[in-house]
Amino acid sequence: MRLTKAFNRSLWVFHLNTGSCNGCDIEIVATLTPRYDPERFGIKLVGSPKHADVLLVSGPVTRAMADRARRVYEQMADPKVVMGIGSCMSGGVFYDSYNLVGPLEEHIPVDVFVPGCPPRPEAIIDGVVKAIAKLERLEGEGK
Amino acid sequence: MSEDSKNKATFNVPIGPVHPALKEPILFTFKMDGELVEEVDFAPGKCHRGIEWMGMRRNPVQIVHLTDRICGICGVSHSLAFARAVEQIAEIEVPERAHYVRTIIAEYERLQSHLLWAGVAAHELGFDTLFFLAWRVREESMDVIEYLTGNRVNYGIVQVGGVRRDFTEDQFPRIEASLQYYEDIAAKLLKLFLEDKTIQIRCKQCGVMSKREALELCTVGPTARASGVAMDVRSDSPYAAYGDLDIAPVLPHHYLGLTNGDVYDRIVVRLLEVVQSVDLIRQCLANMPPGEVLWEKKYPKILAACKKATGEAVGRVEAPRGECLHYVRMDGNPSPQTWKVKASTYSNQLSWLKMLKGEQIADIPIVVASIDPCMSCTDRVAVVRDDRTDILTKADLHRLSVEKTRRLAQWS
Repeated sequence: MRLTKAFNRSLWVFHLNTGSCNGCDIEIVATLTPRYDPERFGIKLVGSPKHADVLLVSGPVTRAMADRARRVYEQMADPKVVMGIGSCMSGGVFYDSYNLVGPLEEHIPVDVFVPGCPPRPEAIIDGVVKAIAKLERLEGEGK
Repeated sequence: MSEDSKNKATFNVPIGPVHPALKEPILFTFKMDGELVEEVDFAPGKCHRGIEWMGMRRNPVQIVHLTDRICGICGVSHSLAFARAVEQIAEIEVPERAHYVRTIIAEYERLQSHLLWAGVAAHELGFDTLFFLAWRVREESMDVIEYLTGNRVNYGIVQVGGVRRDFTEDQFPRIEASLQYYEDIAAKLLKLFLEDKTIQIRCKQCGVMSKREALELCTVGPTARASGVAMDVRSDSPYAAYGDLDIAPVLPHHYLGLTNGDVYDRIVVRLLEVVQSVDLIRQCLANMPPGEVLWEKKYPKILAACKKATGEAVGRVEAPRGECLHYVRMDGNPSPQTWKVKASTYSNQLSWLKMLKGEQIADIPIVVASIDPCMSCTDRVAVVRDDRTDILTKADLHRLSVEKTRRLAQWS
């Protein structure tokens, strides 16, 4: 599938909370507000995974949300990029629990990790830039 | 309209656990009669991470950093409540200056949390311009928090026995500048939120909860105060430096002259608490005593004191969303024998059932948001195996709590 030029310029993002402490979720929303304003580049949150190019996932993946994460991922149209926000994607303070089935990459493929507890908005924007690079690469391969 | 369509049966609308109107995973089931909500049911538990379980395998100094991550918005309240409980058990005396540092950071947390909520409330009403404005105003408090503690969220400043960082005199001008900023903008925010016609039409007489219902449902924090219950842990049983400060619960009739207990009153209470927090931080800066900020600088000594301690204690803190309670029991081991967290949303969430009944479907988002829910603080898990079901009656819950109390009593 060829990407159109318009698609390149506007990344739509779907945010999925898999049991995060709200720290990352709030920083994701803070990223979208006027201080950082990525909406000038066409980056915005959308309400449905079917509209989204990027899946932002936060949280250490609880037992109840693992299946939902897979289903949301499957609903997204190709080409797509998954971003894991926060340190609990791969470690962090949450370990030794009976109700956590992380890390996320055991359930869905993750392309970009943004570490931090929580990552600063600048770090999240940097992650989105890397996601754009990945999408451009997919475009080059004609996928 | 034909006779048939008038007698239409009710229908169920499931919302969640992943839904654009929800910031956190939770499953709602609304029984709708046309446009009106007839009955509400909700299934929380999607965020349950088993933090108490993890904590009972770690020592108190490690747990303090875990408590920060119970909730990313009111983390200081949790770490403060936990630290206070452990300090009582181990009889650790917190230096006077540390109390003031704790109070200042707790009030900054309230500032950013209430502004965050105000933005989310505006967003749920479809008023995104105001949402962006509130969040831009909030960034000022995030900057000061970062300046004082080194991180925007999850500050990790509270330690058992005090705080990990002191606030120095040369930092005061930056704090004062932010207080001045909030003082200047408070009148504008109050006008935008409270005098706007759309907000008045959408929020007045919407999601009403009377004072009696608020007491019966055991609601806490701004949700209870908006219904006229004069209750605030900061003034009822002062902790940290609140005993030295001039503080009284904020009630809607202070501003409006009467209490309706609707969504509008909840906006009033939270915005007035922003103004109150500015005043409290200023009082703290004026009265801050000199001295140390940590009972013992060497962490192994703090750990040794905790390890020797035996007993039980409760730490109560007024989080931005209401009372936050931590019960800790130590039995001479490095890790606590029991640790129980009761977050504010746990008390408030049942008021949804009352508030949502009879409301329009379009008002669901704002009524749900009006108690400022935080599922990550709240979520519990119920064990369903053998012959047990996942629906517990009042008698079952009573039996379980008696069993647990007996179990606790046996250990001591």
